[in-house]
Amino acid sequence: MDIGLNIQEAVKPADIKVWFKAAAVSKFPKNGGACVKYKDKQIAVFNFTREGTWYACQNLCPHKMEMVLSRGMIGEEHGEPKVACPLHKNTWSLKTGEHLNGDLSTLATYPVKLDNGFVYIGFSE
Amino acid sequence: MKTVIVVGNGMVGYKFCEKFVAKADKESYQLVVFGEEPRVAYDRVHLSEFFENNDAERLAMAPREWYEQNNITLFTNERVTDIHRKSKTITTLSEKTLSYDYLVLATGSSPFVPQINGVDKEGVFVYRTIEDLEDTLAYADKIRKKVERPKAAILGGGLLGLEAAKAVMDMGMEPHVVEFAPKLMPRQLDTRSSKVLQVKLESMGINIHLSKATNQILGNGHIIGMEFNEDDVLNVDMLIISAGIRPRDELGKSCGLKMGTRGGIVVNNKMQTSDPEIYAIGEIALYNKMIYGLVAPGYEMASVAVDQILGDQDTLMADEIDMSTKLKLIGVDVASFGTPFMPAEKGHSIIFENKTESLYKRINVTHDGKKLLGGILVGDASDYNMLLQMYLNEMPLPKNPENLILGSRGGEAVSFGSAMDLPDTAVICSCEAVTKGQLCCSIKDDGNESVKAIAKATKATTGCGGCKPMVEDLVVETLKSLGKVVKESICEHFAYSRQELYDIVKLRNITDYDELLDEVGTGHGCETCKPAAAAIFASIYNETANRQETIQDTNDRYLANIQRNGTYSVVPRVAAGEITPKQLLAMGRIAQKYDLYTKITGGQRIDMFGAKLHELPLIWEELIDEGFETGQAYGKSLRTVKSCVGSTWCRYGMDESVTFAIDIENRYKGIRSPHKIKGGVSGCIRECAEARSKDFGFIAVEGGWNVYICGNGGANPKHAQLLVEKVDKATATKYVDRFLMYYIQTAPPLTRTAAWLEKLDGGIDYVKDVVVNDCLGIVEQLDADMQHLVDTYVCEWKEAVENPEIRSRYTHFVNTEEEDESIEFVSLRDQKMPKAWA
Ligand code: SRM
Ligand SMILES: Cc1cc2nc3c(=O)[nH]c(=O)nc-3n(C[C@H](O)[C@H](O)[C@H](O)COP(=O)(O)OP(=O)(O)OC[C@H]3O[C@@H](n4cnc5c(N)ncnc54)[C@H](O)[C@@H]3O)c2cc1C
Ligand code: SF4
Ligand code: FES
Repeated sequence: MDIGLNIQEAVKPADIKVWFKAAAVSKFPKNGGACVKYKDKQIAVFNFTREGTWYACQNLCPHKMEMVLSRGMIGEEHGEPKVACPLHKNTWSLKTGEHLNGDLSTLATYPVKLDNGFVYIGFSE
Repeated sequence: MKTVIVVGNGMVGYKFCEKFVAKADKESYQLVVFGEEPRVAYDRVHLSEFFENNDAERLAMAPREWYEQNNITLFTNERVTDIHRKSKTITTLSEKTLSYDYLVLATGSSPFVPQINGVDKEGVFVYRTIEDLEDTLAYADKIRKKVERPKAAILGGGLLGLEAAKAVMDMGMEPHVVEFAPKLMPRQLDTRSSKVLQVKLESMGINIHLSKATNQILGNGHIIGMEFNEDDVLNVDMLIISAGIRPRDELGKSCGLKMGTRGGIVVNNKMQTSDPEIYAIGEIALYNKMIYGLVAPGYEMASVAVDQILGDQDTLMADEIDMSTKLKLIGVDVASFGTPFMPAEKGHSIIFENKTESLYKRINVTHDGKKLLGGILVGDASDYNMLLQMYLNEMPLPKNPENLILGSRGGEAVSFGSAMDLPDTAVICSCEAVTKGQLCCSIKDDGNESVKAIAKATKATTGCGGCKPMVEDLVVETLKSLGKVVKESICEHFAYSRQELYDIVKLRNITDYDELLDEVGTGHGCETCKPAAAAIFASIYNETANRQETIQDTNDRYLANIQRNGTYSVVPRVAAGEITPKQLLAMGRIAQKYDLYTKITGGQRIDMFGAKLHELPLIWEELIDEGFETGQAYGKSLRTVKSCVGSTWCRYGMDESVTFAIDIENRYKGIRSPHKIKGGVSGCIRECAEARSKDFGFIAVEGGWNVYICGNGGANPKHAQLLVEKVDKATATKYVDRFLMYYIQTAPPLTRTAAWLEKLDGGIDYVKDVVVNDCLGIVEQLDADMQHLVDTYVCEWKEAVENPEIRSRYTHFVNTEEEDESIEFVSLRDQKMPKAWA
């Protein structure tokens, strides 16, 4: 079984074909994340309340291929918003998906928008 | 434009490139490198880490792009097969021909494989390259499927062999070290220290076979055993050969360079071979009739060769090369330096041995007692760096040299100076040849005020890493000498130590993380300060992890330990390990219902593994119905108070240890602290509860209880120290209350009590002064603070299952009830376990 364990591609604003209505804003903890299922993908969505920004990236941690990033702690390093994996605290930029404390592979990131109290994630397919 | 060709892209070949591009003028030189391995040069010294993380890239000395950026033409997977000295060209296996002005041979060495009948059998490996490790791992996987606990032998009980033994043990195999000599590490250790090491390794589960000559490898196709004598056979499923190295000198031989009788290419102190345009460096070079199998001399050789080629004739290789070594990774300290063993006419030795603690220390000093000649440390090598410096710099010894290994006794001043007392020329990082003077300049003049910054600027600590503690000391001491306050700020968001933050939170009555950040911090926080702040809020207000859940470490956030596959474990409190049959049945029933893997923990309770996130509240609801409470196995908080049966059952018991342990565990349960805390209560000095390895421990003696504090297991075990003797339970409890509260208020984040005590000025005597003699006048406050924590305890799992908002956090997806299908279990001895990581 390799459900969702395949490599995900980042979605840039220009590629968006679908805005997927994920869940109500209130379902996401302040300054924390939750996981959204879209087709066979798992997406970690973060409500970075302190910044007033939302981020989305793959839920799969590239380190040991576990579906856990949405449970990670978020924060910031020299202004760069980041998520720390709950398993071994590797950190990635929430903006670019880049691995910050080593050279593991980059996370696929996704556009997020809010509309009428709901969180939408942009997908290319 | 001159062409320099480097043959070999190993550690030393790489170091040559690094030093060359830093010094050479780009326009005048072209550097071409050939490496036979498929990968760019990697850190062989830390090869064993590959077993842990399987991450080859992490070991790379520099990424491939680095070579491009520095104009170095790099061919990997390309062996140089011939040198034609007349035409000054080389050819490679794929028939490339290139001419050189200078040729640098850095071909290193290969493992020496003795000619034993059957060494070519399947399952026999060497330990040198990443590919070797990959092959070993793959084979190990294969046999592990067939045999429950396979046995692996290591041929050779030297430095590398022991490292390999630890690696196979970590791979889940039973290790057997087979050594030809009558002792371990024959080159570094004397007989007594080798014995101490042997006993210690055996206690760790590494089997040692000395004085064994292997006649034959047994097996049909693949190895099944080793035969030493006709009826002396060791059955093993795998063998790693680590019997020494042989220089890869075939190129030198075929082109007629001068060779040593037992191999190696002869070089002079300019690193030139018998052909002045050909240099040899690293493990291939025979210098002073020796091959040096360590990186530090190799790096120095690289430096000399670079300078010589660039025309700086003054840089020469030192006559004497330091071969001091410290064994890494194996879980017991071993180091030897200078002349480790020495004939009596050259000096005398001071030897300290404590078999029960697996300690051996030996120093050799000149007859006049003025200079250190060398020494051996087993069991505790914390003084290694300082001793090595004294030896290398020929520093004068204290009046009683034995203090160097025994510590000062009887009120004398501590014999060790600080790192600041070393001369500026002292080489602190021998791998990168960085002196104390250079380090201090880098700190003072270039403003590199952290170990990280210094490592970047000077490369110190980036080799074997052994000098790191000393560099840390130098940073702190140099900054202090500049009058700078050395701030232990917890991260970039708070310019305060944990103790300062604790006081701020308490004085200003701050209750929220965001408020704390806005008032005294900057930015938006991170995974370091969030949990630290969470612990402070918990210790002051006794709030549970449920209130500010997103600043908690993952385990606290979900009130369960996250496991390898993202599932969780469940550990109810079983105070002092006392459990009724009814409770056992209830736990068994629940574990069976949710298909959980169960195991008795090292903390005398039962751990149930493999619960999915959404199952946690369901499981806990049932446990709570049965009268259980959370065991806080996930928190930086009280874990367990371990107890022996004590006088209720045991014929030696002096008092009721179980009763005391239960009371104490219930007293401190739920308390959050800088790191986890554990206790132990033993009914007599036979100490079956290991109270002296805990953060606090009580031992019943004639006339009362002895109280011990600051013991620690883990990676740096420390025995606890005596706080007070023969006091009654209430007094014992009172002192531990105060000690814990004082620790909670003053320790840096994630610092166990033993490490805290070590850094505390005045040590145990000072703690005594604070908690017994009240030298700070704070005991009333400490007592009140502790009483508040005790009085406000709640079971946070009860809170979580009863509160719908908290309970709703336990779902994998927010937009569907579906389960995470990526979680996979496999079966294991009638239970289950997560599928192994790839
Ligand atoms: C389950 C258990 C092993 C077992 O199967 O027996 C265990 C399991 C873990 N230990 Fe332990 N330790 C367990 C007893 C111990 C002991 C033995 C003891 O308590 O008597 C020690 C040495 C004693 C000590 O702590 O001083 C021990 C020293 C550690 C350390 C090293 C701490 C240190 O100061 O160096 C860590 C790492 C850490 O906490 O940072 C650790 C961390 C861990 C973690 C929490 C690692 C993690 O973050 O996932 C493991 C979690 C497994 C889980 O999810 O439950 N565990 N761990 C034991 C649980 C005891 C319990 O009932 O709560
Ligand atoms: C497991 C392990 C642990 C160690 N631990 C320590 C330690 O704690 N401290 C310490 O100081 N040392 C340690 N060492 C030793 C240290 O790794 C070596 O001293 C060091 O790697 C030597 O560097 P080198 O460049 O001379 O040789 P190598 O690193 O072996 O590099 C030589 C390279 O040249 C290549 N080569 C050979 N012939 C050719 C050819 N004809 N054409 C092209 N390429 C060729 C080889 O494939 C190899 O990649 C350890 C070694 C091992 C294996
Ligand atoms: S942390 Fe503890 S339980 Fe986990 S592997 Fe290490 S020793 Fe075992
Ligand atoms: S699994 Fe995410 S950091 Fe290791």
